[in-house]
Amino acid sequence: MSVFVDAVSWACLIAGGVFCVIGAVGLIRMPEFFTRIHAAGVTDTLGAGLILLGLMLQAGFTLVAVKLAMIGVLILFTSPTATHALAKAGLARGLKPLLAEDRSKPSNP
Amino acid sequence: MYTLSSILVLFVFWLLLSGNFTAFLIAAGAGSAIGVVLLARRMEVVDHEGHPIHLSWRLVTYWPWLFKEIAKSAWGVTKIILNPRLPISPTLVRVPTSQKSTVGVVTYANCITLTPGTISVEVKEGEILVHALTRESADGLLEGEMDRRVTRFEGRR
Amino acid sequence: MFGAAAAALLVALALALTRACLGPTVFDRALAANTVGTIAVLLLAVIGFLTDRPEFLDLAIVYGLLNVVGTIAVLKYFEYGNLGDPGDAEEESKA
Repeated sequence: MSVFVDAVSWACLIAGGVFCVIGAVGLIRMPEFFTRIHAAGVTDTLGAGLILLGLMLQAGFTLVAVKLAMIGVLILFTSPTATHALAKAGLARGLKPLLAEDRSKPSNP
Repeated sequence: MYTLSSILVLFVFWLLLSGNFTAFLIAAGAGSAIGVVLLARRMEVVDHEGHPIHLSWRLVTYWPWLFKEIAKSAWGVTKIILNPRLPISPTLVRVPTSQKSTVGVVTYANCITLTPGTISVEVKEGEILVHALTRESADGLLEGEMDRRVTRFEGRR
Repeated sequence: MFGAAAAALLVALALALTRACLGPTVFDRALAANTVGTIAVLLLAVIGFLTDRPEFLDLAIVYGLLNVVGTIAVLKYFEYGNLGDPGDAEEESKA
């Protein structure tokens, strides 16, 4: 494996790890439920994507890389579904989001 | 048509997962792929919504743009999280949708949720209730570039 | 270097678990559990490379599938009070 691919893959792994930690820090820092979902989104998309990309570069063109791509697609399709279900369930159970500005009313008289 | 392509996709999935190419394993894979699709047909879930092959080739132009958007907005959310003052201005906003089919609306809602900073809370006829982390991300969504791209991705039938 | 990525993931896992313990509402805990699941999938993949055993990727795929089903099942339970369709709960409460 060339040194260049190696370097890019390490950079992806480290950056992915950092983004995962940032998402988790956001999970702790955000003031209430709906804003915390946004922080978790960073972990789910950029963190996961970069780590899987780094591992794929390490694996090269093998079945292992295909499996990693499958995990990536799986996370890509399922995480929004779970997030949407969470947000909808929260709203349906009467969890009031903390709002700076509510523009949902005018179009729904 | 959809039955055949479902069987094919499942069989390729089996081969990639197993990684062993002996006669018995290939036969078992083909058998289970056909069995699963027959069961799915009995449940009447094999149609163009469960398995939209007519959309496959448009993914090539749509996904790179989506990945770029995800990276951009994830970077924005990262900056907000790391900012000691935590400059958030959560906003609820109703976004109109222009897609015709259910698949199109679901794709749009999923893409809204997938980009950090905006989540779709409720999907209704012709509009999606969106919770945005900042006013700017809500405004960006209302400009409607993603809406237009998803509509183009959905195409005409 | 895989070790560094695994360590970062472990730190993120600890933070998410903290939120799961603190979380004022049940939805905060469900969100934290979902995040823990995502991080666990990534951790499994990284450990597979760390120990040079690619079988771990299969475990990661299965864990990813279970994670979503689990989250949605828990949410359905808290939304409707049972895992079946919402009609059952209404009839039971009337009876």
